[in-house]
Amino acid sequence: MRIETEEKLVKAGLSATALISVFVLFIVVLYIFLNGIGAISPEFLREAPYRFEYGGIFPQIIGSLCLVGVCLLFAVPLGLASAIYLAEYAPDNMITSSVRFFVECLAGVPSIVIGLFGLAFLVYYLGIGVSLLAGGLALGFMILPWTVRASEEAIKTVPQAYREASLALGVTKWKTIWHVVLKSAYPGIITGILLGMGKAIGETAVVLLTAGSGLESFLPRSLRDPVASLPVYVYMLATQGHTSEALSRAFGASLVLIALFLAISVFALVLRNRYVKKMGGGR
Amino acid sequence: MGAQEQIPRRRFMTLNGSALEWLIEKVLFACALSSILIVLFIIFFIFKEGFPALALGTEFFFGMTWWPSRGLFGIVPTVVSTFIVGIGALGIAALIGIPTAIYLAEFAPEWMRNIIKPSVEMLVGIPSIVLGFFGLMVLVVAIRDNLGGYGECILAGWLILAVMTLPHVISISEDAIRAVPKAYKEASLGLGATQLQTIRKVILPHAKSGILASLMLGMGNAIGETMAVLMVIGNPNIPGIPTSVLDSVRVLTSTIVIEHAYVDWGSMHQHALFALGAVLFFIVAILNLITTAIIRKGMRKTR
Repeated sequence: MRIETEEKLVKAGLSATALISVFVLFIVVLYIFLNGIGAISPEFLREAPYRFEYGGIFPQIIGSLCLVGVCLLFAVPLGLASAIYLAEYAPDNMITSSVRFFVECLAGVPSIVIGLFGLAFLVYYLGIGVSLLAGGLALGFMILPWTVRASEEAIKTVPQAYREASLALGVTKWKTIWHVVLKSAYPGIITGILLGMGKAIGETAVVLLTAGSGLESFLPRSLRDPVASLPVYVYMLATQGHTSEALSRAFGASLVLIALFLAISVFALVLRNRYVKKMGGGR
Repeated sequence: MGAQEQIPRRRFMTLNGSALEWLIEKVLFACALSSILIVLFIIFFIFKEGFPALALGTEFFFGMTWWPSRGLFGIVPTVVSTFIVGIGALGIAALIGIPTAIYLAEFAPEWMRNIIKPSVEMLVGIPSIVLGFFGLMVLVVAIRDNLGGYGECILAGWLILAVMTLPHVISISEDAIRAVPKAYKEASLGLGATQLQTIRKVILPHAKSGILASLMLGMGNAIGETMAVLMVIGNPNIPGIPTSVLDSVRVLTSTIVIEHAYVDWGSMHQHALFALGAVLFFIVAILNLITTAIIRKGMRKTR
């Protein structure tokens, strides 16, 4: 019948479009892998860069990790505390709803605007200078809303009965949250933090404006030192290094960046799937 | 529910109203206020730094020429290009994303979902600089070889941004389609309508506001996106209004990143870059407000 063939055709068409995303992801990762693998060598991972064409990316890798570290040190305690407040304490009033509204706002601010803010406020107004501290804090502003959201969701999935059981034993509210709620919610919270890490490690615009030029060949010795990072290094080489040697280094650094990102995300997804199973249900 | 919560809370107040518990609650509250503070600081500093340029008034907002070394800071070509790039990318993303969402919500077998969903989630996180680099090395070259021009152009920007916007469109549209009550769908199928007719006549009209919200959000993302688009659109020194999809253009975000490297702090040029940031912030904020409004309205309707 005509209608049946039409149904089949449409269904085939829909599944074909659905596979485009998978296809794009696959092509991008494969392309970067094939072009980047040639540049990877022990020296490339261990040495410092010299101009565009020589040396390795050791300071860039360490710099990216340091930036993410500072970012997490800022965003995780703050985000977790906000989430605990919103999920466990917040009364249903104006202040609470405006906190929620502003968390959403912050999530919607384009990263380049956060970069500009970091430049004006942290680098110049507070006089921190272009540095690891400024870059890490600016990244922290960026992922804060994600940490809040993910942690709040994780805390809310903890069954109410757990809390009541603990409170009924005479345990105080804070101790209940600390020992019971957070203990059952922590895989969800860690998943959220990992996803934030993945976002922070690949972020370029914020770091470019606040942390350094990306080509630094030294490791930061203090929080006030400028710091190199993988994304900014890729940006510099891809836009300003015109030799094939420079491009191959950009591919190598992209591959390392993607590998770090994929490792973090896969870990997060695995953790989440296990957590969802443990809490006894899907979505 | 309300009464159940009241009992433990009152008991905690009387039995264990220690100073520590009180202090912890206040500290948590202060932390929760940090997001408000950060957003207000962002608004204050961006507008404060951008103010001297925003105060140029019509010269800034309606000026046709951006030529910093001559003291000309007209943003019209940049803003127009930003919208052209953003809307085109969104069009492509909608063309692929909405069918994908329908497929995921209505047809996809479990194993297909398990492949497609994680891929979409990964796609959203692929560092934009890597995607931009891919675009520069592959898309730009392909366009230059096959269609002519410099290759760094609006079309390349559309394609790269579409990839970045796609995940947002897919996941929110899928949620919207899934939120359509099952009874509607069953009633339609029960009347003898085919699955396709049901989707077209029942499900899509009901999911319309959610899908629209996903598009607005995708638009905000596309306009705020920086690195990927920067690397493939060419960024000519003196931006003009583009006349073809193969023209090189500049968008708000790319102008800020490229020019911040050589401005003197305190110069009008620096203020103008912050003013671009303020304009960008304003545009994205409006798009996000519209999204929220659409979602609220949609929620009220389905209830």
